[in-house]
Amino acid sequence: MADGASNEAFVEFERVQKSYDGETLVVKDLNLTMPKGEFLTMLGPSGSGKTTCLMMLAGFETATHGDIRLGGVSINDIPPHKRGIGMVFQNYALFPHMTIAENLAFPLEVRKLGKAEQEEKVKRALDMVEMGSFGGRRPAQLSGGQQQRVALARALVFEPELVLMDEPLGALDKQLREKMQFEITHLAHQLGITTVYVTHDQTEALTMSDRVAVFDDGRIQQLAPPDKLYEQPENSFVAQFIGENNTLEGVIKEIKGNTCVVQLDGGEIIDAVPVNVSQVGERTRVSIRPERVEYNRDRLHADAHTLKAEVLEFIYMGDIFRTRLRVAGNDEFIIKTRNAPDQVRLKPGQEIEIGWLAEDCRALDAS
Amino acid sequence: MRQKMRALMLVAPLLIFVVVTFIVPILSMLFRSVENDIVPNTIPGTVIALSQWDGSSGEPPHENVYRNLYIDLFKAEEAKQHTRLGSRLNYEQSGLSSLFRTTGRSLDDIGELWQDPLEDIDPNFEEGSFWFEMMSGTGGEDFLETRRELMALMSDEDMSGDVGFVPSEEIIQLLPWTARAYTDFALWAAIRDGDTVAEEDPWESVYGALGMDLTNPDTVSAINSYNGAGASALQTAAANIDQLPQFGFREAFTEEDKDWGSADIWATIKLYSPSMTPGYFLNSVDMTLTPDGIVMKPENQQIYTTLFMRTLIMALIITASCIVLGYPVAWLLANLPMRTASILMILVLLPFWTSLLVRTSAWKVLLQQQGVINEILVWLGFVNDADRLVLMNNATGTVIAMTHILLPFMILPLYSVMKTIPPSYQRAAKSLGATNWTAFWRVYFPQSVPGIGAGSILVFILAIGYYITPEIVGGTDGVFISNRIAYHISSSLNWGLAAALGSILLVVVLGLYWCYDKIVGIDNVKLGG
Repeated sequence: MADGASNEAFVEFERVQKSYDGETLVVKDLNLTMPKGEFLTMLGPSGSGKTTCLMMLAGFETATHGDIRLGGVSINDIPPHKRGIGMVFQNYALFPHMTIAENLAFPLEVRKLGKAEQEEKVKRALDMVEMGSFGGRRPAQLSGGQQQRVALARALVFEPELVLMDEPLGALDKQLREKMQFEITHLAHQLGITTVYVTHDQTEALTMSDRVAVFDDGRIQQLAPPDKLYEQPENSFVAQFIGENNTLEGVIKEIKGNTCVVQLDGGEIIDAVPVNVSQVGERTRVSIRPERVEYNRDRLHADAHTLKAEVLEFIYMGDIFRTRLRVAGNDEFIIKTRNAPDQVRLKPGQEIEIGWLAEDCRALDAS
Repeated sequence: MRQKMRALMLVAPLLIFVVVTFIVPILSMLFRSVENDIVPNTIPGTVIALSQWDGSSGEPPHENVYRNLYIDLFKAEEAKQHTRLGSRLNYEQSGLSSLFRTTGRSLDDIGELWQDPLEDIDPNFEEGSFWFEMMSGTGGEDFLETRRELMALMSDEDMSGDVGFVPSEEIIQLLPWTARAYTDFALWAAIRDGDTVAEEDPWESVYGALGMDLTNPDTVSAINSYNGAGASALQTAAANIDQLPQFGFREAFTEEDKDWGSADIWATIKLYSPSMTPGYFLNSVDMTLTPDGIVMKPENQQIYTTLFMRTLIMALIITASCIVLGYPVAWLLANLPMRTASILMILVLLPFWTSLLVRTSAWKVLLQQQGVINEILVWLGFVNDADRLVLMNNATGTVIAMTHILLPFMILPLYSVMKTIPPSYQRAAKSLGATNWTAFWRVYFPQSVPGIGAGSILVFILAIGYYITPEIVGGTDGVFISNRIAYHISSSLNWGLAAALGSILLVVVLGLYWCYDKIVGIDNVKLGG
């Protein structure tokens, strides 16, 4: 959480539902509380309801049911232009018939600020995104990255307390995107503004956010800081959606406190942490990150369960090695190992034994 | 190069089609606005003779002009071309049409003034074969060809073929007028009528022409020493010239119609004798060509400038009302959900699928004083039964009906431009604090201006040349310049004036288009995409 962030709720969604046609709910029972100054990312596949949530917050869509509060005040009936929320759009939405300076002055002009004050704020905002010399140009004369900076400056120029960003980096190339990710987070934390950021790019979500809300099927599947989200996914969807992931299907054999034993469909026995399974005999899908799989017997607990594996493919990727194995009938089992001087390079056809720490392997719902 | 040729071959059929059926007719039509061949072609001799005449003297021209007129007009009458010439000159001075028509009827009578005494003096002059023998000879081939060409130009017909007659060089020298008249007769008889020249009695004009020759004392003395065919008959005639009329052709024409003695008539003919004339264009802007130069027409005859101004102003009003009515519809089309928008689109396009005539007639039913609109207003009590609104047969009717008819041409370009304005612009404006109105006016509207431009050009250019609707609902106050053009094409048959009016309209439209390009820039006009 950013410096200066208080725990007092600033943005609140309470039991919010949204339906466009009156039959199917696009957003089902959304509850979310954001403190001031937080950078929160809404992450999810397209159609998961994340953009709809953003639009409801901006005021372009009305909630069918439930309450949205900003600073403790319900904003359901406040029109978008009175909400004072800055917004950056996917296609930047810079007004093509105005110059960059005019674009930035627009929000100040409609707020009836004096000319001198307008000019000063526009200049400051442009300098902030290092676009000071571009004031006289038209949006079409700028590159994508430059337009992105201007759009950001325009959303910030009237000093809103909340800024919404709807996939703002989607149209940029990879290198520029990474640079802008850093700049946006930096700026947001520096200015202490509360940010809601929508993306379908999980790397972006992990690198930029204080917290990430993973959306699917109109619900928040998990709301957690990036590290927790990656290491401790709470259900299969989150585990699959965030990062690379190996899954094995089986049945709970035994639960002992915060570990359990799972019998895979092929009869093998493994150790795992029960996450959202509670009964012996329940079907489960265990999830393990490729970099947490160990094939050096010495590094495992003496009583840890191991599985036999056959190396199918070895891929050299520079910083890491990526090895594809056949494990318990699964041909797509991936392990990743760091390219260290003492690292063993596995060869296709080689038979090895793999295992892991029980806490790295999570027994999740089978759905 | 080969590639280009191939591409050219592909478009060639369309190109040829367009050029042949569209561009060439239009250009030839436009050329009519300055073309004046009919005067020099129909009375070529008269035009040349008239060039010597000083119109400002107030005196009628010299006898020589009347003689040429007689020769020219006689063959023109045979070819029935003199009435066309009369109609042409009547555009410039009324009364000339009937003058040419009545004179055409009495040309034979004038000729007989000489024919009868000549036949009395020597009966040989009654014989076609005698004339043929007298006039025939050798050496006159060039003379024959010259007359043939003039005849072809005058009659607009192919005059080629064997005449069976060559004028004698000697007789051309001896009797220049007679040689012209007889050669014209021979050409006409042989080629147009397919007769044998020797068997035909000559035209009355030939006798008149002999009369002209016999007034020259040099000719008389030359005849006396002449010994070619028919010499004795000519000598008899020369000895008895006192029996021939003792007046010239000026008197003969003036006798038939005193207008021929008026210098005014001749001034008009002289003014319009060049083969190109600015007369039609001057007419189109209410001016006229006089011997004293270009002057405005009298106040009560000025109609075209008023009509041009009215056409421009009404086209502007129609364009403006199309913008006002079409903009909201286009906005709805671009912003409604797909299904509703499609239904609305069908409603917009429906008029396109209905005949223009039907739609205009429907407006007639709605707008007339006993029509639907007036009935409803009276029934609602807004209007007294006694003073029903006059919505038709005036400018109001034209504006209402044409706005309706041209509305789709405004809506469609507007729609296609609005469709490309992403909704995120307005959302952005609102998120930045703009009210709905500010977001529309400052952000949406400026981006839809290219659509307004495209629609306006389309509507304005269509309106300025519209014909059917003003014709039906316009009455007299609501007609456009195009109605006048149509009138000159189909009723008054003054195609030259119609072409001049059309050319001016074309230039005005191109000029406005150019201004628009300079001010707005044609690149800013979008019809979609």
